[in-house]
Amino acid sequence: MHSKSQPFSGTRRRRFLQNLLAVPAAIMLANASLTAHADSANTTGLAVTDKTVTVGILHSVTGTMAISETGSVQAEKLAIEQINAMGGVLGRKIEYIQEDGASDWPTFAEKSKKLLIKDKTAAVFGCWTSASRKAVLPIFEQYNGMLYYPTFYEGLEQSPNVIYTGQEATQQILAGIDWVVKEKGAKSFFLLGSDYIWPRTSNKIARKHIEKLGLKVSGEEYYPLGHTQFNSVINKIKLKKPDVIFASVVGGSNVAFYKQLKAAGIDMTKEKPLVLTISVTEDEILGIGGENIEGAYASMKYFQSLTNDNNKNFVKAFKERWGKDIVIGDVTQAAYLGPWLWKAAVEKAGSFDIDKVRAASPGIELKTAPEGYVRVHENHHLWSKTRIGNAQADGQYKIVYETKDLIEPDPFPAGYK
Amino acid sequence: MFADYTMTELTSIFAMQGFAGLILFSVFVLMALGLAIIFGQMGVINMAHGEFMILGAYVTYLTSTLFAEYLPSIYDSYFFIAMIFAFIVTAALGALVEWAIIRHLYKRPLDTLLATWGLSLILQQLYRTVFGAREVGVTLPDWLMGSYALNENIEIPINGLFVMGLTIVITVGVALMMQKSRLGKQTRAVVQNRPMAAAVGINTEKVDRMTFALGCGIAGIAGSAFTMIGSTGPTSGQLYIVDTFLVVVFGGASSLIGTVASAFTISQAQSTMEFFLSGSTAKVLTLLTVVGILMLRPQGLFSLKIRR
Repeated sequence: MHSKSQPFSGTRRRRFLQNLLAVPAAIMLANASLTAHADSANTTGLAVTDKTVTVGILHSVTGTMAISETGSVQAEKLAIEQINAMGGVLGRKIEYIQEDGASDWPTFAEKSKKLLIKDKTAAVFGCWTSASRKAVLPIFEQYNGMLYYPTFYEGLEQSPNVIYTGQEATQQILAGIDWVVKEKGAKSFFLLGSDYIWPRTSNKIARKHIEKLGLKVSGEEYYPLGHTQFNSVINKIKLKKPDVIFASVVGGSNVAFYKQLKAAGIDMTKEKPLVLTISVTEDEILGIGGENIEGAYASMKYFQSLTNDNNKNFVKAFKERWGKDIVIGDVTQAAYLGPWLWKAAVEKAGSFDIDKVRAASPGIELKTAPEGYVRVHENHHLWSKTRIGNAQADGQYKIVYETKDLIEPDPFPAGYK
Repeated sequence: MFADYTMTELTSIFAMQGFAGLILFSVFVLMALGLAIIFGQMGVINMAHGEFMILGAYVTYLTSTLFAEYLPSIYDSYFFIAMIFAFIVTAALGALVEWAIIRHLYKRPLDTLLATWGLSLILQQLYRTVFGAREVGVTLPDWLMGSYALNENIEIPINGLFVMGLTIVITVGVALMMQKSRLGKQTRAVVQNRPMAAAVGINTEKVDRMTFALGCGIAGIAGSAFTMIGSTGPTSGQLYIVDTFLVVVFGGASSLIGTVASAFTISQAQSTMEFFLSGSTAKVLTLLTVVGILMLRPQGLFSLKIRR
């Protein structure tokens, strides 16, 4: 044994291994030259073969965030299956590797490293909270990966390695405030949120806009994540009598807040005060209960009740795939856009190469998006419309307003650092 | 802050605020009682307390679904039956857990902490598998929703009244049971001197199991009641656990009166500060106060003087 292993030691051994690796590589090259586009399709050592291309899905399916991220996983899988049924991307079927971020930010970082270095995925659809995105961002930038991120978020970020398919804060907030001011004659606002970066940045943007319109912010309050007792702040709201409660409470706190608001005798259908939320999608209403939030307004880009044909088909396909009782919220739809936007960019670039996909991304249009029509901006966010929905007892939103034009994404609004 | 308001408005706000404090007090007592019994009487730190509460909430959810399906005529009263179910199911699981895990660890209190924490993770994942990762919406009978308008300005949440009533009934019930019933007397005897209690013929193992089951059962009832004010999801139990431990430790672990007094102090402090300051600041100040007092009185507000 010992003498036999001798020839392979040191530099000779390395050369042997190189030769060994060169053989399949040569075969692959030979194969590649048979198909016309294969050469240019893969130049970076990504997990692309003649028949398949591998992408990653990185969400929490365990832990606290599983509540929210489950819908995104379902949407991304549905989009991938539909793309495959249409023949795939550049003639290749999409295969996915799913990893669980487990609601833990270091785990997200570790799993993204695995998806990029070991699995060499051509794109990753994933993350939900800003914290998880911030955790994987340096890894995507270092190893040059491409992340499609679905959640509406606070903005103040723009990475060459991320496409943001949800709205950034100004798109969601400004249109909502303009609408309550114009249509409901709102003069004073009470800003209420959970205590972390997204509600705080959102309220900062909201406050600035409200004050610019010459109106009054009568209160701004934050409660720790997971807070379950809102009776005191509800009394405070009753005392201040604002026209609008602008709410960005999240998670389990949401359920407590709306149940207690209703129990305290604030009938949201009377709109005194009116509740405008940016954090309650149809998903959250499942937990809150439609009867407890009936009458509140939400400002978002997508509601399940949109009546365009794209959305009808999408809702039908989604229910066929994941069950008839399922509901689809804003983020789920945004997650569904990810694989389609990636497909369009790859086809425009004629290559899976990350740099080429990045260069091809701005200007990509999606006419088949359930929300209607979206276009990728130079800053990697989407042009999109904002809609106002009125919560109904059955857990759906009735759409009462939609912006006329697409709103330009502005992740770095003037005056925020 | 108050200059712009009339006297009546201020009076009614203060009345409602006082009431908000009392509701918070009831909620604290209800969630801490089960833990206080287990911690105080047995010295077991039950990290899975929140998950037992959520089990109660899920039982309520199932009962409500069942009633809506098969017994819509008496749907309005399902909540009482749900609470009884919640008690039975969580108490049964508590007894099972005591038999399977806890009784092997009585001499190793730190290990019970780890074991029950592991149990809480297992239960969370179990709920996630059975009920799905999303929160479930528990539909409440109409009479429990909304508020009772005392006059034009004062509105009292009905579910708050309900929680208060429930808390009084359960606290009095537990106190009576501890003082008067056979199990209560046996439990106290075991707490005070285990070998002696065994020597006079008390089956200490059975007493342990019953006490643990009782604590879990009360957690179940609390969880059932909290479907009115909070969320029901796999990890919702975690929302309550910190406050619960705070109340029990602050009150002095082995005293039920201490638990009630501590719940009162913390709830009043918190709800008053939440009104005058912001939510996060109020929480920080409450925690600082509690830490400060515990530094001066490590045994908590009340402590029984017993011979170990």
